[in-house]
Amino acid sequence: MSHEELLKGLRKTVEQVLKAPYYKKKLAQVDIHYPHDIKKLDDFWKIPLTEKEDLRQNYPFGLFAEPMEKIVRVHASSGTTGKPTVVGYTRDDIKLWAKIVANGLRRIGVTSNDVVQVAYGYGLFTGGMGLHYGCEELGALAIPISGGNTQRQLMIMRDFGSTVLCCTPSYALYLAESLEEAGISRDELKLRVGVFGAEPWTDQMRDEIEARLGIRAVDIYGLSEIMGPGVSMECLKGEGLHIDEHFYPEILDKDGNPVPEGTDGELVLTSIDKKGFPVLRYRTKDLTSISYGQCVCGHHGWTMKRVSARVDDMLIIRGVNVFPSQVEEAILTVGGIEPHYLIIVDREGNLDSMEVLVELSADSFTDEIRQLEELQESLEEKIEDILGLTVKVRLVEPKSITRSEGKAKRVIDKRQEKL
Amino acid sequence: MQQLSIFLENAKGRLAQVLNILAELGVNIRALSLADTKDYGVLRIIVEDAEKVAADLKERNCVVKLTPVWVLKVADATGGLAEILNKLVAEGVIVEYMYAFVEKANEQAQVVLRVRDEEIMKAAMEKLGL
Repeated sequence: MSHEELLKGLRKTVEQVLKAPYYKKKLAQVDIHYPHDIKKLDDFWKIPLTEKEDLRQNYPFGLFAEPMEKIVRVHASSGTTGKPTVVGYTRDDIKLWAKIVANGLRRIGVTSNDVVQVAYGYGLFTGGMGLHYGCEELGALAIPISGGNTQRQLMIMRDFGSTVLCCTPSYALYLAESLEEAGISRDELKLRVGVFGAEPWTDQMRDEIEARLGIRAVDIYGLSEIMGPGVSMECLKGEGLHIDEHFYPEILDKDGNPVPEGTDGELVLTSIDKKGFPVLRYRTKDLTSISYGQCVCGHHGWTMKRVSARVDDMLIIRGVNVFPSQVEEAILTVGGIEPHYLIIVDREGNLDSMEVLVELSADSFTDEIRQLEELQESLEEKIEDILGLTVKVRLVEPKSITRSEGKAKRVIDKRQEKL
Repeated sequence: MQQLSIFLENAKGRLAQVLNILAELGVNIRALSLADTKDYGVLRIIVEDAEKVAADLKERNCVVKLTPVWVLKVADATGGLAEILNKLVAEGVIVEYMYAFVEKANEQAQVVLRVRDEEIMKAAMEKLGL
């Protein structure tokens, strides 16, 4: 996209958001009253960032930029604290979203011959319906099985000959484990590729999933505030998630200043061409970096690195910043354990403590305490290496950590209960 | 002889749970030892048909392993165990762990030995005619 085209797109979004009184007031503060007040990118960058809090304040429909008669669907984010954030779509928005998802699927070789098992939740969460409409747009067969009911997932996967699986990475692992338990062999399945997202994961986790399910695993990214899944997605080259041209990305440091290309920071997104719920400079709370270029898959534009952490997931333990994904990376590098873990943070006296529960894998169980202790110590050392923080690793039995059918719960912070 | 080793998470009632499973499976435990650390334990047992019991336990989500061990008869007299051990040590055997039990049928004292090197133990046993 040329500079002029980008400006034109951003002006269109500004024109659209000005229809919502809240945005109108906000933009007036920086002297933007009309779309043509955006003469150069510097003008655009003056616009204050949009936060989740802005959405909450306008609950439920305050930021919709089209009259309700034009809105044909709503989705809402899970809203772990307080009220959910609600977004609305016009008929054109739904079509655009379907096209974007279809494009992403096409890039990883999905065709109208594919059978796609959509095991993301259907409902207010965008995952299920987002992928579903993308499949239909592409002409692929979408199985709207939604999340959960693992035994039925396995049966349908085998009997319907699913070739593509869409779910969270943690659920993919759980399905792999359940397949092994049910004695369903890889040869009975036609599964070829998995489209996994909705939670941060690591390359180590990807290797694990690919090995266990015998498929290629690609990452899909999105959030309801921007549109839903498909905002960006990996191609089979696996070198980052290609951001669709309908979204303009920026990366900002913690003070809100732009960082150079390739530097990590918070992803900020602006929608282009969205009508019902256009967003300007939305803070995603996701940490990544972006680069501009051309990929062999045909994508030309911005590509972001896999989101390995969310600002909100960050734990501060004894003053050290810790992301669950760092722990995941460490323990999966050591091996000898199942890829499931739980971080328990507590406070003993005035000191924070961090304990990591990991499941001993049946193959690496040895009868000798000495060797088990060695495994435990090597896990502790690896985590300490990466975090610079002493931790305690506790070996637990396989399958004793609760499995998730949606987004995995990786952290229990007991300090909050003690406040 | 194959010994069954079972990993036990340090959770309230976990040992009892596993013993209940063994009871349900109709398994009679001939000898038992429990190695424990602060966070977990390893239950080591001698049973009939250890391979089958191991498979049954795996099906019930237990982490199990078959470990080769040696069961030796020991004279039930002062210095009985010391005498055997001295001989084995002289042959270069290194003991990882051991526990004792009494065979009910003949009241014979026996020890279960786990050694570091199976080959050295085998040679020692042959040489000593045990």
